[in-house]
Amino acid sequence: MGLNGGTLLGQIITFLVFVWFTKKFVWPPVIQAMDERRQKIADGLAAAERGRRELEQADVQVGEVMKEARKQAASIVDQASKRGSEIVEEAKANARTEGERLVAAAQAEIEREVAHAREALRSEVAGIAVAGAGRILKREINAAAHAELMDELTAQI
Amino acid sequence: MASASQSPTEYVTHHLQHLTAGEGFWTFHVDTLFWSWVTGIIFLSLFYFGARRATAGEPGKLQNFVEILVDFVDKSVSEGFHGPKGFVAPLALTVFFWVLLWNMLDLIPVDLLPWLASTVGIHYQRIVPSADMNATFGLSLSVLALIIIYSIKGKGVKGFVKELLFHPFGSFPLLVPFNIILNVVELVAKPVSLALRLFGNLYAAEMLFILIAMLPWWAQWLPGSAWAIFHILVIPLQAFIFMTLTIVYLSLAYEEH
Repeated sequence: MGLNGGTLLGQIITFLVFVWFTKKFVWPPVIQAMDERRQKIADGLAAAERGRRELEQADVQVGEVMKEARKQAASIVDQASKRGSEIVEEAKANARTEGERLVAAAQAEIEREVAHAREALRSEVAGIAVAGAGRILKREINAAAHAELMDELTAQI
Repeated sequence: MASASQSPTEYVTHHLQHLTAGEGFWTFHVDTLFWSWVTGIIFLSLFYFGARRATAGEPGKLQNFVEILVDFVDKSVSEGFHGPKGFVAPLALTVFFWVLLWNMLDLIPVDLLPWLASTVGIHYQRIVPSADMNATFGLSLSVLALIIIYSIKGKGVKGFVKELLFHPFGSFPLLVPFNIILNVVELVAKPVSLALRLFGNLYAAEMLFILIAMLPWWAQWLPGSAWAIFHILVIPLQAFIFMTLTIVYLSLAYEEH
């Protein structure tokens, strides 16, 4: 019991040595590691926050691009359908004029044929009429004398 | 384990006998010094190996343990002490953990180590350094020295002397002696109360364990375990109080009143 100098001094020296050791070899690395980790975590959180914000921005951008694309697509479809109906109209018009042309040509042909046939028929009818008349009169008709009559007849047929 | 050859008084006195070397002033309590060193080296190697491989990445188990304690002490110091922490924080850690290990030695059965020592011919062995006033005063006198150093560091020699002479009653010349007396008492009371609080708690606890050990073997477990469980509270509490008061005293010393 009681105090004695030897033990007391021994304890004081021991204590100071231990404190020195702790200050030199224990405290700095631990505190440094903890500070570094705190910094790392803070950086990580900041990076995550930044990433989140960038993602939000990207979402907004995607929305805008999509809207633009949809608009473009709609206008392309519009143009295409317009162009399509134009083509159809053009084709229709072409077909109509071609048809009309064909019809006109056919009509001209027909008229020509008709005229041709009429001509042939006329001359044939004239021949038959002359022959018939000749037979009825039992005499020869003087072609020269009746030419005027014949022409008149022919014109009438 | 009071053997037949010993009376209870002899048993207790025997248990309270230090293993000594030297004479008079230069007496060494070899057991106190030895166990202080053992616990100190346990403390330092634990923290040294924990700190040496400390990484900012994922910490291992030992590093975790070290970090929890370092962080705990660092927070206590930050709350209590507002000067430069470079020395005070490691000091507080050393005080806390060293005292904690000292106190923990009290949980080793009181007869175990003395008995082991006696088998190799050492007849006295008190293993709890904090139940030896020399150990607790060794700490608290170091703290007293630091209080004076920090007073001078914080306020300068002039400030320190001025405070000693003129605080708290003022600078009227007649009051100076009273100021000095009060300040000296205050200064001395700090290490004395620090040392005696720790010593008293652990000495009483050790004494109680010794008394319990004198009961018949079948009656020891109940008071023994009850006291040990209660003592688990006292062990870290006393270590924490010692550390906190050290921080507070140094803070008071460093700052202007």
